[in-house]
Amino acid sequence: MLRHALAAAALSALLVAPAIARAAEEAPPLPHQEWSFDGIFGTYDRASSQRGFQVYKEVCSVCHAVKHLYFRDLADLGYSEGEVKAIAAGYQVTDPQPNDQGEMYQRPGRPSDPIPAPFPNDQAARNANNGALPPDQSMIVKARPGGPNYVYAILTGYKDPPPGFNMLSGMNYNEYFPGHQIAMPPPLSDNAVTFADGVPATVPQMAHDVVTFLAWASEPNLDDRHRTGIKVMLFLVVAAGIFYAVKRKIWAPVH
Amino acid sequence: MADTRPGAATRIIRWIDYRLPFVQFLNHELNEYPTPRNLSYWWNYGSLAGIMLVVMIVSGIFLAMQYTPSAELAFDSVERIMRDVNYGWLLRYAHMNGASMFFAIVYIHLFRGLYYGSYKAPRELLWILGVVILLLLIATAFMGYVLPWGQMSYWAATVITNLFSAIPLIGPSIVTFLWGGFAVGDPTLHRFYALHYLLPFVIVAVVLLHLVALHRHGSNNPLGIDHKGPQDTIPFHPYYTVKDLFGLSVFLLIYAFFVFFAPNFLGEPDNYIPANPMQTPNHIVPEWYLLPYYAILRSITFPILFISSKLAGVILAFSSILILFFLPWLDTSPVRSARFRPVYKWVFWLLVIDVIALGWVGANPPEGLVVAVGQIATFYYFVHMLILFPLIGKLERPRSLPSSIGAAVLGGGARLGGAGAPMAKP
Repeated sequence: MLRHALAAAALSALLVAPAIARAAEEAPPLPHQEWSFDGIFGTYDRASSQRGFQVYKEVCSVCHAVKHLYFRDLADLGYSEGEVKAIAAGYQVTDPQPNDQGEMYQRPGRPSDPIPAPFPNDQAARNANNGALPPDQSMIVKARPGGPNYVYAILTGYKDPPPGFNMLSGMNYNEYFPGHQIAMPPPLSDNAVTFADGVPATVPQMAHDVVTFLAWASEPNLDDRHRTGIKVMLFLVVAAGIFYAVKRKIWAPVH
Repeated sequence: MADTRPGAATRIIRWIDYRLPFVQFLNHELNEYPTPRNLSYWWNYGSLAGIMLVVMIVSGIFLAMQYTPSAELAFDSVERIMRDVNYGWLLRYAHMNGASMFFAIVYIHLFRGLYYGSYKAPRELLWILGVVILLLLIATAFMGYVLPWGQMSYWAATVITNLFSAIPLIGPSIVTFLWGGFAVGDPTLHRFYALHYLLPFVIVAVVLLHLVALHRHGSNNPLGIDHKGPQDTIPFHPYYTVKDLFGLSVFLLIYAFFVFFAPNFLGEPDNYIPANPMQTPNHIVPEWYLLPYYAILRSITFPILFISSKLAGVILAFSSILILFFLPWLDTSPVRSARFRPVYKWVFWLLVIDVIALGWVGANPPEGLVVAVGQIATFYYFVHMLILFPLIGKLERPRSLPSSIGAAVLGGGARLGGAGAPMAKP
């Protein structure tokens, strides 16, 4: 119910906002996915976000960093302490402190390390990507209008350009990207990864899973927030009821 | 044999009160303070605003313990609060949405004053202090919005500080002075942080004055007539404390809904992109509560005589608030409440619609219809303030006022006894 009310409010905001409406004229409306984290009772689907982490690790992380994430955060996705340690140890990271000889050195990752970025700096990232900068992914779902639906739409929105469309060299046509020309080549293809749980790795499946992972990366406290919120709302409903009753009683003689 | 001496607690309170009359003061301002018996729920918003001020200061102080005001680290430190500080997400979302709630409350409070003529004698200074609070709130909110150092933070700071460059001759120097450099940058962020921490305490001081002025003559009321005796009033406590508590719990339900279930609904996604001086966002928009002023600012697309369009926009945007200082004298009607003003009662709503229209204009890129609506709405705002207020007051024939609050509420003086006196101590 609340979700629908909110969606209705968002929709009416869309209707009165030509800025957004105009953007919608250029790009088709975003496909609306069912997300496990939607609504006031929403929580992240652990299996989906673990598959999403795998997609990120094996595909996206070649170009995109998740700079706000630490290995320890992955425990949130349902990985055990041992699994988190194993995932971290699979990476080589530069220790933030030099060794006794004053030299920086590499060592296997620990849960307390941030997940390493693919490039040492923005210039190196641009240099490797035809001048384009692959944006950090740890906030991407919160940082785009449309949120998870937008990121999903980009991942699944690659098409052949319409006839007569003037494509710049090295760019790709994506119907949901503003201006339709995106530097990122189609990142997902069927069976690009093999999921351990046997879920078929179709493009829509991988897109859905990686967006679930990225939504968690943007807002890792959502589960906790929703749970606390429900308790707070219930408390306030009871408090409002009590105060209303007390108010009626106290005011009865003066009305 | 009963011991008739007062208990230890009472004796301690008496000892203190003899030297520092604090309990006396509270008793005077809460128990004895006569409040009109007919205040509606529109009178809840003053205490709600006071409570929000406390919520903002408390959540803000805890955020300040974790926040780093440098251009290099500000964005990441906010994310650190969101991710790694215990209940940091709650503090931050409560503070962020609290600003929106605060403004919503203050605007309702202000329009309540407009409808019921609460700014009229003898409450002119009370009203003026309220407008001062509004100005301080706007400055505080604007500087607070800059602190997360996202794209909207950075570009809002750039656009708003640049307004001062419209001042002839000294404008550009003022802007450089505000920035502490030649662009919005690290020094700007530092000083905004310092001022964002300072101003709320200035607001507290002005709020105290606002309360002193309020308690001099007491609250206005929906009838807009003075109370004339104990039959018209009831003590603030417990009648209005409990009514305020009920209102507070309903308000908190709405506030909590935003904090827990739609924390970013009122924000801009762009502000989750770190500030980038090399890349201007497509549409720079302020937070919703500043949209009407922004609309007025952008409505002047032509120079007025020798004043550039930019300077004229700045002057009008500021004037839209400053004009409120003069409202007690612009409104010439002797009657306070719109209930007894057959014309103003309707014209009031035109102003509400006008301000909402300005908000819509401010949210949209200034093209085509939006510009035209913005100009008409801006024009109307000043016509309303400068022409309609004095004119309606002169021309309108107000309906006759009830003889007293008690008579109007109780229908002829029935059941007067008791309620007017302070509650007896149990």
